[in-house]
Amino acid sequence: MKYDLVIIGGGPAGLSAANAAWEDGCRSICIVERDRELGGILNQCIHNGFGLHYFKEELTGPEYAGRFIEMLKSTDVEVRIDTMVLEITEQKEVHVISAANGYEVLEAGAVVLAMGCRERTRGAIAIPGTRPAGVFTAGTAQRYLNIEGYMVGKKVVILGSGDIGLIMARRMTLEGAEVLACVEVMPYSGGLTRNIVQCLNDFNIPLYLSHTITDIRGKDRVEQVEVAEVGPDRRPIPGTEMTFDCDTVLLSVGLIPENELSRSAGITMDPRTNGPVVYENMETSIPGVFACGNVLHVHDLVDFVTAEAAKAGKAAASLAGTVSEEGPVLELKNGPVVGYTVPQQVHMHADFKVLEVFFRVRAVLGACHIYVRDEEGNQIATFSRERVAPGEMETIKIPKVLLAKAKGAVTVSVEEDQEESKE
Amino acid sequence: MKHLICITCPKGCHLQVDENKDYAVTGNNCPRGAEYGRNELLHPVRVLTSTVRITGAAIPRLPVKTDKPLPKERMFDCMELINGLLVQSPVQVGQVLAEDLFGTGVNLVACKTL
Repeated sequence: MKYDLVIIGGGPAGLSAANAAWEDGCRSICIVERDRELGGILNQCIHNGFGLHYFKEELTGPEYAGRFIEMLKSTDVEVRIDTMVLEITEQKEVHVISAANGYEVLEAGAVVLAMGCRERTRGAIAIPGTRPAGVFTAGTAQRYLNIEGYMVGKKVVILGSGDIGLIMARRMTLEGAEVLACVEVMPYSGGLTRNIVQCLNDFNIPLYLSHTITDIRGKDRVEQVEVAEVGPDRRPIPGTEMTFDCDTVLLSVGLIPENELSRSAGITMDPRTNGPVVYENMETSIPGVFACGNVLHVHDLVDFVTAEAAKAGKAAASLAGTVSEEGPVLELKNGPVVGYTVPQQVHMHADFKVLEVFFRVRAVLGACHIYVRDEEGNQIATFSRERVAPGEMETIKIPKVLLAKAKGAVTVSVEEDQEESKE
Repeated sequence: MKHLICITCPKGCHLQVDENKDYAVTGNNCPRGAEYGRNELLHPVRVLTSTVRITGAAIPRLPVKTDKPLPKERMFDCMELINGLLVQSPVQVGQVLAEDLFGTGVNLVACKTL
Protein backbone atom coordinates (compact mmCIF):
# COMPACT_ATOMS: atom_id res chain seq x y z
CA MET A 1 0.00 0.00 0.00
CA LYS A 2 1.11 3.52 -0.78
CA TYR A 3 0.08 6.68 1.05
CA ASP A 4 1.16 10.29 0.77
CA LEU A 5 1.19 10.46 4.56
CA VAL A 6 1.39 7.78 7.25
CA ILE A 7 0.82 8.91 10.83
CA ILE A 8 2.12 6.66 13.60
CA GLY A 9 -0.25 6.92 16.56
CA GLY A 10 -3.92 7.89 16.83
CA GLY A 11 -3.79 9.93 20.04
CA PRO A 12 -4.22 13.69 20.23
CA ALA A 13 -1.06 14.37 18.20
CA GLY A 14 -1.88 11.91 15.43
CA LEU A 15 -5.50 13.06 15.21
CA SER A 16 -4.54 16.72 14.96
CA ALA A 17 -1.81 16.03 12.40
CA ALA A 18 -4.28 14.05 10.27
CA ASN A 19 -6.93 16.77 10.38
CA ALA A 20 -4.42 19.51 9.58
CA ALA A 21 -2.93 17.54 6.68
CA TRP A 22 -6.40 16.83 5.27
CA GLU A 23 -7.36 20.50 5.53
CA ASP A 24 -4.18 21.35 3.70
CA GLY A 25 -5.21 19.21 0.74
CA CYS A 26 -3.47 15.90 1.43
CA ARG A 27 -5.92 13.21 0.28
CA SER A 28 -4.02 10.00 0.95
CA ILE A 29 -3.54 9.69 4.70
CA CYS A 30 -3.36 6.64 6.96
CA ILE A 31 -3.31 6.65 10.76
CA VAL A 32 -1.84 3.55 12.39
CA GLU A 33 -3.00 2.96 15.97
CA ARG A 34 -2.08 -0.02 18.16
CA ASP A 35 -5.03 0.31 20.57
CA ARG A 36 -8.60 -0.79 19.79
CA GLU A 37 -9.84 2.80 19.43
CA LEU A 38 -8.55 6.26 18.52
CA GLY A 39 -7.94 8.92 21.15
CA GLY A 40 -4.85 7.57 22.90
CA ILE A 41 -4.35 8.41 26.54
CA LEU A 42 -7.22 10.94 26.43
CA ASN A 43 -9.65 8.02 26.71
CA GLN A 44 -8.56 7.31 30.26
CA CYS A 45 -8.13 10.96 31.27
CA ILE A 46 -11.76 11.38 32.30
CA HIS A 47 -11.04 14.54 34.35
CA ASN A 48 -11.76 17.95 32.91
CA GLY A 49 -9.43 20.81 32.02
CA PHE A 50 -8.72 19.96 28.40
CA GLY A 51 -9.38 22.33 25.51
CA LEU A 52 -9.34 25.71 27.25
CA HIS A 53 -6.93 27.07 24.67
CA TYR A 54 -8.12 25.22 21.58
CA PHE A 55 -11.89 25.00 22.04
CA LYS A 56 -12.18 27.86 24.57
CA GLU A 57 -14.13 25.57 26.86
CA GLU A 58 -13.31 23.01 29.48
CA LEU A 59 -13.64 19.43 28.27
CA THR A 60 -12.84 15.99 29.64
CA GLY A 61 -10.27 13.83 27.84
CA PRO A 62 -12.84 11.60 26.08
CA GLU A 63 -14.77 14.69 24.92
CA TYR A 64 -11.61 16.34 23.59
CA ALA A 65 -10.64 13.20 21.67
CA GLY A 66 -14.23 12.75 20.53
CA ARG A 67 -14.27 16.13 18.81
CA PHE A 68 -11.22 15.25 16.72
CA ILE A 69 -12.51 11.76 15.95
CA GLU A 70 -15.77 13.39 14.83
CA MET A 71 -13.86 15.85 12.58
CA LEU A 72 -12.01 12.91 11.05
CA LYS A 73 -15.32 11.27 10.07
CA SER A 74 -15.95 13.97 7.47
CA THR A 75 -12.65 13.07 5.76
CA ASP A 76 -11.40 10.00 3.90
CA VAL A 77 -8.48 9.51 6.24
CA GLU A 78 -7.88 5.77 6.59
CA VAL A 79 -7.58 4.44 10.13
CA ARG A 80 -5.95 1.14 11.02
CA ILE A 81 -6.64 0.27 14.66
CA ASP A 82 -5.28 -2.78 16.47
CA THR A 83 -2.22 -2.38 14.29
CA MET A 84 1.34 -2.25 15.56
CA VAL A 85 4.20 -0.53 13.75
CA LEU A 86 7.31 -2.71 13.91
CA GLU A 87 9.76 -0.60 11.98
CA ILE A 88 10.18 2.58 9.99
CA THR A 89 12.98 2.74 7.45
CA GLU A 90 14.93 5.70 6.19
CA GLN A 91 13.11 5.23 2.85
CA LYS A 92 9.86 5.86 4.75
CA GLU A 93 8.58 2.29 4.56
CA VAL A 94 6.38 1.58 7.54
CA HIS A 95 6.27 -2.10 8.56
CA VAL A 96 3.02 -2.93 10.37
CA ILE A 97 1.37 -6.04 11.77
CA SER A 98 -2.23 -6.71 12.75
CA ALA A 99 -4.53 -9.66 13.37
CA ALA A 100 -6.80 -8.46 10.55
CA ASN A 101 -4.24 -7.97 7.78
CA GLY A 102 -1.08 -9.75 8.90
CA TYR A 103 2.27 -8.26 8.00
CA GLU A 104 2.27 -5.31 5.60
CA VAL A 105 4.66 -2.66 4.38
CA LEU A 106 3.17 0.80 3.88
CA GLU A 107 5.11 3.08 1.56
CA ALA A 108 4.81 6.65 2.71
CA GLY A 109 5.56 9.94 1.01
CA ALA A 110 5.85 11.50 4.43
CA VAL A 111 5.66 10.14 7.98
CA VAL A 112 4.45 11.87 11.14
CA LEU A 113 5.72 10.32 14.36
CA ALA A 114 3.03 10.71 17.03
CA MET A 115 3.68 7.76 19.34
CA GLY A 116 3.41 9.69 22.60
CA CYS A 117 5.26 8.70 25.74
CA ARG A 118 5.19 6.10 28.46
CA GLU A 119 5.62 6.16 32.20
CA ARG A 120 8.76 5.52 34.17
CA THR A 121 8.36 2.41 36.27
CA ARG A 122 9.58 1.12 39.61
CA GLY A 123 12.51 -0.45 37.80
CA ALA A 124 13.54 2.87 36.31
CA ILE A 125 13.95 4.49 39.71
CA ALA A 126 15.02 1.36 41.62
CA ILE A 127 12.93 1.58 44.81
CA PRO A 128 14.34 -0.83 47.42
CA GLY A 129 12.17 -3.48 49.03
CA THR A 130 10.27 -6.64 48.26
CA ARG A 131 8.32 -7.10 45.05
CA PRO A 132 4.70 -7.57 46.10
CA ALA A 133 1.60 -6.89 43.98
CA GLY A 134 0.08 -3.43 44.37
CA VAL A 135 2.77 -1.27 42.82
CA PHE A 136 1.38 0.47 39.72
CA THR A 137 2.33 3.38 37.54
CA ALA A 138 -0.37 6.02 37.99
CA GLY A 139 -1.41 5.77 34.35
CA THR A 140 -1.85 2.01 34.53
CA ALA A 141 -4.05 2.41 37.60
CA GLN A 142 -5.94 5.12 35.73
CA ARG A 143 -6.65 2.78 32.85
CA TYR A 144 -7.77 -0.03 35.17
CA LEU A 145 -10.09 2.30 37.05
CA ASN A 146 -11.52 4.51 34.30
CA ILE A 147 -11.75 2.14 31.35
CA GLU A 148 -11.76 -1.40 32.70
CA GLY A 149 -13.64 -0.56 35.90
CA TYR A 150 -11.28 -2.16 38.43
CA MET A 151 -10.44 -0.51 41.74
CA VAL A 152 -6.70 -1.03 42.29
CA GLY A 153 -6.46 -0.52 46.05
CA LYS A 154 -7.88 0.87 49.27
CA LYS A 155 -4.99 2.52 51.08
CA VAL A 156 -2.68 4.34 48.76
CA VAL A 157 0.67 6.12 48.85
CA ILE A 158 1.62 8.05 45.74
CA LEU A 159 5.26 8.57 44.81
CA GLY A 160 5.88 11.60 42.61
CA SER A 161 3.73 14.67 42.20
CA GLY A 162 3.40 14.66 38.42
CA ASP A 163 -0.03 15.57 37.10
CA ILE A 164 -1.19 11.96 36.62
CA GLY A 165 -0.28 11.15 40.23
CA LEU A 166 -2.20 14.15 41.52
CA ILE A 167 -5.22 13.40 39.34
CA MET A 168 -5.18 9.79 40.56
CA ALA A 169 -5.00 10.94 44.20
CA ARG A 170 -8.34 12.69 43.71
CA ARG A 171 -9.81 9.92 41.61
CA MET A 172 -8.95 7.17 44.11
CA THR A 173 -10.31 9.29 46.98
CA LEU A 174 -13.59 9.90 45.17
CA GLU A 175 -13.91 6.16 44.55
CA GLY A 176 -13.58 5.47 48.26
CA ALA A 177 -9.87 4.77 48.71
CA GLU A 178 -7.80 6.48 51.37
CA VAL A 179 -4.81 8.32 49.92
CA LEU A 180 -2.37 8.61 52.81
CA ALA A 181 0.33 10.73 51.22
CA CYS A 182 1.81 12.09 48.05
CA VAL A 183 5.61 11.95 48.27
CA GLU A 184 7.87 14.08 46.05
CA VAL A 185 11.66 13.82 46.01
CA MET A 186 12.14 17.36 44.68
CA PRO A 187 11.53 20.46 46.81
CA TYR A 188 8.75 21.46 44.41
CA SER A 189 5.89 19.65 42.71
CA GLY A 190 6.26 18.35 39.17
CA GLY A 191 2.60 18.97 38.43
CA LEU A 192 0.46 22.00 37.69
CA THR A 193 -0.29 24.16 40.73
CA ARG A 194 -4.02 23.92 40.08
CA ASN A 195 -3.79 20.17 40.50
CA ILE A 196 -2.13 20.51 43.91
CA VAL A 197 -5.09 22.65 44.95
CA GLN A 198 -7.98 20.69 43.49
CA CYS A 199 -6.59 17.16 43.85
CA LEU A 200 -4.64 17.24 47.13
CA ASN A 201 -5.75 20.26 49.18
CA ASP A 202 -9.45 19.68 48.43
CA PHE A 203 -9.20 16.26 50.06
CA ASN A 204 -6.63 17.07 52.77
CA ILE A 205 -4.05 14.74 51.25
CA PRO A 206 -0.61 15.66 52.60
CA LEU A 207 2.16 16.44 50.10
CA TYR A 208 5.63 15.60 51.40
CA LEU A 209 8.16 17.58 49.38
CA SER A 210 11.85 16.54 49.53
CA HIS A 211 10.79 13.04 50.59
CA THR A 212 10.99 9.65 48.92
CA ILE A 213 10.01 6.02 49.44
CA THR A 214 12.99 4.17 50.87
CA ASP A 215 11.41 0.74 51.28
CA ILE A 216 8.39 -1.20 50.03
CA ARG A 217 7.37 -4.07 52.32
CA GLY A 218 4.92 -6.91 51.81
CA LYS A 219 4.86 -10.58 50.89
CA ASP A 220 2.07 -11.07 48.35
CA ARG A 221 0.56 -7.59 48.44
CA VAL A 222 2.06 -4.25 49.53
CA GLU A 223 1.71 -3.96 53.31
CA GLN A 224 3.80 -0.97 54.25
CA VAL A 225 6.09 1.67 52.79
CA GLU A 226 8.84 3.59 54.47
CA VAL A 227 9.23 7.25 53.56
CA ALA A 228 12.22 9.43 54.44
CA GLU A 229 13.20 13.03 53.97
CA VAL A 230 15.97 13.67 51.46
CA GLY A 231 18.76 16.22 51.61
CA PRO A 232 19.81 18.62 48.86
CA ASP A 233 21.74 15.69 47.31
CA ARG A 234 18.39 13.83 47.11
CA ARG A 235 19.70 11.08 49.38
CA PRO A 236 17.57 9.91 52.33
CA ILE A 237 18.44 11.49 55.69
CA PRO A 238 18.82 8.75 58.36
CA GLY A 239 16.45 9.17 61.28
CA THR A 240 13.68 10.87 59.31
CA GLU A 241 11.91 7.63 58.34
CA MET A 242 8.16 7.27 58.78
CA THR A 243 6.01 4.30 57.80
CA PHE A 244 2.62 4.12 56.14
CA ASP A 245 0.42 1.01 56.27
CA CYS A 246 -0.97 0.75 52.75
CA ASP A 247 -1.87 -1.81 50.11
CA THR A 248 -1.04 0.21 47.02
CA VAL A 249 1.78 2.38 45.70
CA LEU A 250 1.18 4.55 42.64
CA LEU A 251 4.17 5.92 40.75
CA SER A 252 4.05 9.26 38.98
CA VAL A 253 7.75 9.68 38.46
CA GLY A 254 8.09 10.99 34.95
CA LEU A 255 7.33 10.24 31.34
CA ILE A 256 9.66 9.09 28.59
CA PRO A 257 8.95 9.79 24.91
CA GLU A 258 8.47 6.45 23.18
CA ASN A 259 11.11 6.60 20.47
CA GLU A 260 12.21 3.03 19.73
CA LEU A 261 10.92 3.43 16.16
CA SER A 262 12.60 6.80 15.71
CA ARG A 263 15.95 5.48 16.95
CA SER A 264 15.92 2.38 14.80
CA ALA A 265 15.10 4.55 11.79
CA GLY A 266 18.34 6.41 12.48
CA ILE A 267 16.74 9.76 13.38
CA THR A 268 19.02 12.13 15.29
CA MET A 269 17.87 12.28 18.92
CA ASP A 270 18.16 15.01 21.55
CA PRO A 271 19.37 13.58 24.88
CA ARG A 272 17.76 16.50 26.73
CA THR A 273 14.23 15.76 25.53
CA ASN A 274 14.63 12.05 24.70
CA GLY A 275 12.86 12.99 21.48
CA PRO A 276 14.02 13.68 17.92
CA VAL A 277 15.88 16.87 17.03
CA VAL A 278 13.48 18.94 14.91
CA TYR A 279 13.39 22.04 12.75
CA GLU A 280 10.82 24.83 13.05
CA ASN A 281 8.36 22.81 10.91
CA MET A 282 8.72 19.72 13.15
CA GLU A 283 10.81 17.89 10.54
CA THR A 284 13.39 15.46 11.93
CA SER A 285 16.87 14.73 10.60
CA ILE A 286 15.29 12.42 7.97
CA PRO A 287 13.62 14.64 5.34
CA GLY A 288 9.90 13.91 5.14
CA VAL A 289 9.72 12.46 8.65
CA PHE A 290 8.11 14.75 11.21
CA ALA A 291 7.54 14.42 14.96
CA CYS A 292 5.00 16.04 17.27
CA GLY A 293 3.36 15.69 20.66
CA ASN A 294 4.79 13.75 23.58
CA VAL A 295 7.09 11.67 21.39
CA LEU A 296 8.97 14.91 20.71
CA HIS A 297 8.95 16.34 24.23
CA VAL A 298 6.57 15.80 27.14
CA HIS A 299 3.81 18.43 27.26
CA ASP A 300 1.57 19.45 30.18
CA LEU A 301 -1.37 20.51 28.03
CA VAL A 302 -3.00 18.62 25.20
CA ASP A 303 -3.93 21.93 23.58
CA PHE A 304 -0.24 22.54 22.89
CA VAL A 305 0.11 19.02 21.51
CA THR A 306 -2.76 19.74 19.12
CA ALA A 307 -1.16 22.98 17.91
CA GLU A 308 2.27 21.40 17.48
CA ALA A 309 0.84 18.38 15.66
CA ALA A 310 -1.15 20.62 13.32
CA LYS A 311 2.13 22.29 12.40
CA ALA A 312 3.68 18.87 11.67
CA GLY A 313 0.63 17.68 9.73
CA LYS A 314 0.59 20.81 7.61
CA ALA A 315 4.30 20.58 6.83
CA ALA A 316 4.00 16.90 5.99
CA ALA A 317 1.00 17.54 3.73
CA SER A 318 2.92 19.93 1.55
CA LEU A 319 6.22 18.22 1.10
CA ALA A 320 6.76 21.05 -1.35
CA GLY A 321 6.87 23.14 1.77
CA THR A 322 9.72 21.03 3.05
CA VAL A 323 12.78 23.15 2.84
CA SER A 324 15.71 21.76 0.94
CA GLU A 325 18.66 20.95 3.10
CA GLU A 326 20.65 23.77 1.64
CA GLY A 327 20.34 27.21 3.09
CA PRO A 328 21.29 28.63 6.45
CA VAL A 329 20.35 26.70 9.59
CA LEU A 330 20.17 28.51 12.90
CA GLU A 331 20.87 26.46 15.98
CA LEU A 332 18.99 27.03 19.26
CA LYS A 333 20.79 26.24 22.50
CA ASN A 334 19.73 26.18 26.13
CA GLY A 335 21.51 28.49 28.57
CA PRO A 336 21.27 28.73 32.37
CA VAL A 337 18.07 27.34 33.99
CA VAL A 338 16.67 26.22 30.61
CA GLY A 339 16.55 22.43 30.16
CA TYR A 340 16.06 22.23 26.40
CA THR A 341 14.41 23.96 23.47
CA VAL A 342 12.03 22.68 20.80
CA PRO A 343 12.71 23.22 17.97
CA GLN A 344 16.46 22.79 18.22
CA GLN A 345 17.15 24.05 14.68
CA VAL A 346 15.61 26.60 12.33
CA HIS A 347 15.71 26.87 8.55
CA MET A 348 16.18 30.61 8.23
CA HIS A 349 15.00 30.59 4.60
CA ALA A 350 11.74 28.86 5.50
CA ASP A 351 8.45 30.70 5.25
CA PHE A 352 7.53 31.82 8.77
CA LYS A 353 7.08 35.16 10.48
CA VAL A 354 7.31 34.16 14.12
CA LEU A 355 9.24 31.29 15.65
CA GLU A 356 7.49 29.59 18.54
CA VAL A 357 9.97 28.04 20.96
CA PHE A 358 8.97 25.64 23.74
CA PHE A 359 11.17 24.83 26.71
CA ARG A 360 11.19 23.82 30.34
CA VAL A 361 13.10 25.42 33.18
CA ARG A 362 15.12 23.38 35.67
CA ALA A 363 14.23 25.34 38.82
CA VAL A 364 11.39 27.30 40.36
CA LEU A 365 12.06 31.04 40.01
CA GLY A 366 10.04 34.11 40.96
CA ALA A 367 9.97 37.21 38.79
CA CYS A 368 12.46 36.62 36.00
CA HIS A 369 13.32 37.33 32.39
CA ILE A 370 13.84 35.00 29.48
CA TYR A 371 16.80 36.16 27.38
CA VAL A 372 17.47 35.22 23.77
CA ARG A 373 21.06 36.03 22.87
CA ASP A 374 23.37 35.25 19.98
CA GLU A 375 26.94 33.95 20.13
CA GLU A 376 28.37 37.46 20.46
CA GLY A 377 26.13 38.15 23.43
CA ASN A 378 23.78 40.46 21.55
CA GLN A 379 20.29 40.40 22.98
CA ILE A 380 17.80 39.28 20.32
CA ALA A 381 14.68 39.33 22.49
CA THR A 382 13.57 39.30 26.13
CA PHE A 383 10.37 38.16 27.80
CA SER A 384 9.31 38.72 31.40
CA ARG A 385 7.64 36.14 33.63
CA GLU A 386 6.22 36.48 37.13
CA ARG A 387 7.08 32.91 37.95
CA VAL A 388 8.47 29.84 36.18
CA ALA A 389 8.49 26.21 37.32
CA PRO A 390 9.71 22.91 35.86
CA GLY A 391 6.15 21.56 35.93
CA GLU A 392 4.91 24.21 33.55
CA MET A 393 6.19 24.39 29.98
CA GLU A 394 7.15 27.82 28.69
CA THR A 395 6.61 29.26 25.21
CA ILE A 396 8.15 32.30 23.62
CA LYS A 397 7.48 33.79 20.20
CA ILE A 398 10.47 35.32 18.44
CA PRO A 399 9.84 37.37 15.28
CA LYS A 400 11.93 36.15 12.35
CA VAL A 401 13.20 39.68 11.66
CA LEU A 402 14.90 39.61 15.06
CA LEU A 403 16.27 36.09 14.61
CA ALA A 404 17.75 37.11 11.26
CA LYS A 405 20.04 39.54 13.09
CA ALA A 406 21.60 36.79 15.19
CA LYS A 407 25.28 36.05 14.72
CA GLY A 408 25.85 32.31 15.15
CA ALA A 409 23.77 30.06 17.40
CA VAL A 410 21.06 31.52 19.59
CA THR A 411 20.85 30.72 23.31
CA VAL A 412 17.69 30.84 25.41
CA SER A 413 18.30 31.42 29.11
CA VAL A 414 16.35 32.49 32.18
CA GLU A 415 17.65 34.83 34.87
CA GLU A 416 15.89 35.78 38.07
CA ASP A 417 15.27 39.52 38.45
CA GLN A 418 17.30 41.26 41.12
CA GLU A 419 14.89 42.04 43.92
CA GLU A 420 15.54 45.33 45.65
CA SER A 421 12.94 46.54 48.09
CA LYS A 422 10.94 43.32 48.46
CA GLU A 423 11.12 41.15 51.56
CA MET B 1 -7.17 38.96 52.83
CA LYS B 2 -7.06 35.39 51.58
CA HIS B 3 -4.45 34.00 49.20
CA LEU B 4 -5.67 31.42 46.70
CA ILE B 5 -4.38 29.73 43.58
CA CYS B 6 -6.89 29.87 40.78
CA ILE B 7 -7.83 26.44 39.41
CA THR B 8 -9.92 27.67 36.51
CA CYS B 9 -7.16 27.10 33.98
CA PRO B 10 -3.62 25.68 33.93
CA LYS B 11 -2.11 29.13 34.33
CA GLY B 12 -2.75 28.98 38.11
CA CYS B 13 -2.90 32.71 38.94
CA HIS B 14 -2.11 33.69 42.51
CA LEU B 15 -5.23 35.48 43.74
CA GLN B 16 -5.84 37.74 46.71
CA VAL B 17 -9.43 37.95 47.89
CA ASP B 18 -10.41 40.75 50.28
CA GLU B 19 -13.27 39.67 52.54
CA ASN B 20 -13.67 43.22 53.79
CA LYS B 21 -14.11 44.72 50.35
CA ASP B 22 -17.03 42.62 49.14
CA TYR B 23 -14.68 39.79 48.15
CA ALA B 24 -12.79 41.89 45.63
CA VAL B 25 -10.24 39.75 43.76
CA THR B 26 -6.80 40.92 42.65
CA GLY B 27 -4.01 38.99 40.91
CA ASN B 28 -6.39 37.41 38.40
CA ASN B 29 -5.63 37.62 34.68
CA CYS B 30 -9.20 37.09 33.54
CA PRO B 31 -12.80 37.53 34.74
CA ARG B 32 -13.13 33.82 35.49
CA GLY B 33 -10.44 34.22 38.14
CA ALA B 34 -12.48 36.91 39.88
CA GLU B 35 -15.50 34.64 39.86
CA TYR B 36 -13.49 31.70 41.17
CA GLY B 37 -11.93 33.74 43.99
CA ARG B 38 -15.30 35.02 45.14
CA ASN B 39 -17.02 31.62 44.89
CA GLU B 40 -14.19 29.84 46.65
CA LEU B 41 -14.71 31.86 49.82
CA LEU B 42 -18.51 32.10 49.67
CA HIS B 43 -19.61 28.71 48.31
CA PRO B 44 -16.86 26.62 46.67
CA VAL B 45 -17.90 24.57 43.64
CA ARG B 46 -16.20 21.88 41.53
CA VAL B 47 -16.95 20.03 38.31
CA LEU B 48 -17.10 16.34 39.21
CA THR B 49 -15.96 13.68 36.75
CA SER B 50 -16.25 9.93 37.16
CA THR B 51 -17.49 6.83 35.34
CA VAL B 52 -20.74 4.85 35.43
CA ARG B 53 -21.33 1.23 34.56
CA ILE B 54 -22.51 0.62 31.01
CA THR B 55 -23.75 -2.58 29.39
CA GLY B 56 -23.75 -3.44 25.71
CA ALA B 57 -20.69 -1.31 24.90
CA ALA B 58 -17.13 -2.30 23.98
CA ILE B 59 -15.88 -1.15 27.39
CA PRO B 60 -17.55 -1.55 30.80
CA ARG B 61 -17.30 2.09 31.94
CA LEU B 62 -18.79 5.29 30.54
CA PRO B 63 -17.02 8.56 31.46
CA VAL B 64 -19.39 11.19 32.90
CA LYS B 65 -19.23 14.72 34.28
CA THR B 66 -21.45 17.32 35.88
CA ASP B 67 -22.41 19.86 33.20
CA LYS B 68 -21.87 22.70 35.68
CA PRO B 69 -19.81 22.96 38.85
CA LEU B 70 -21.41 21.27 41.84
CA PRO B 71 -21.28 22.59 45.43
CA LYS B 72 -18.07 21.11 46.82
CA GLU B 73 -19.78 19.53 49.83
CA ARG B 74 -22.02 17.53 47.47
CA MET B 75 -19.14 15.72 45.72
CA PHE B 76 -19.32 12.52 47.76
CA ASP B 77 -23.14 12.44 47.64
CA CYS B 78 -22.87 12.69 43.89
CA MET B 79 -20.28 9.88 43.79
CA GLU B 80 -22.74 7.66 45.67
CA LEU B 81 -25.44 8.45 43.12
CA ILE B 82 -23.03 7.79 40.24
CA ASN B 83 -22.02 4.44 41.73
CA GLY B 84 -25.66 3.34 41.72
CA LEU B 85 -26.22 4.10 38.04
CA LEU B 86 -26.26 1.52 35.27
CA VAL B 87 -26.81 2.66 31.69
CA GLN B 88 -27.45 0.78 28.49
CA SER B 89 -25.58 1.41 25.23
CA PRO B 90 -26.11 3.36 22.94
CA VAL B 91 -25.34 6.61 24.76
CA GLN B 92 -24.48 9.85 22.99
CA VAL B 93 -21.88 12.33 24.20
CA GLY B 94 -23.70 15.11 26.09
CA GLN B 95 -26.70 12.89 26.91
CA VAL B 96 -28.19 13.70 30.33
CA LEU B 97 -28.01 10.67 32.62
CA ALA B 98 -29.33 12.25 35.83
CA GLU B 99 -31.16 15.56 36.01
CA ASP B 100 -31.05 18.36 38.56
CA LEU B 101 -28.69 16.70 41.05
CA PHE B 102 -29.80 17.42 44.63
CA GLY B 103 -31.92 20.34 43.42
CA THR B 104 -28.82 22.28 42.30
CA GLY B 105 -29.86 22.52 38.64
CA VAL B 106 -26.69 20.60 37.72
CA ASN B 107 -27.02 17.57 35.42
CA LEU B 108 -24.87 14.49 35.01
CA VAL B 109 -23.93 14.01 31.34
CA ALA B 110 -22.09 11.40 29.27
CA CYS B 111 -18.61 12.36 27.98
CA LYS B 112 -18.41 9.74 25.26
CA THR B 113 -20.55 8.12 22.58
CA LEU B 114 -20.60 4.42 23.40
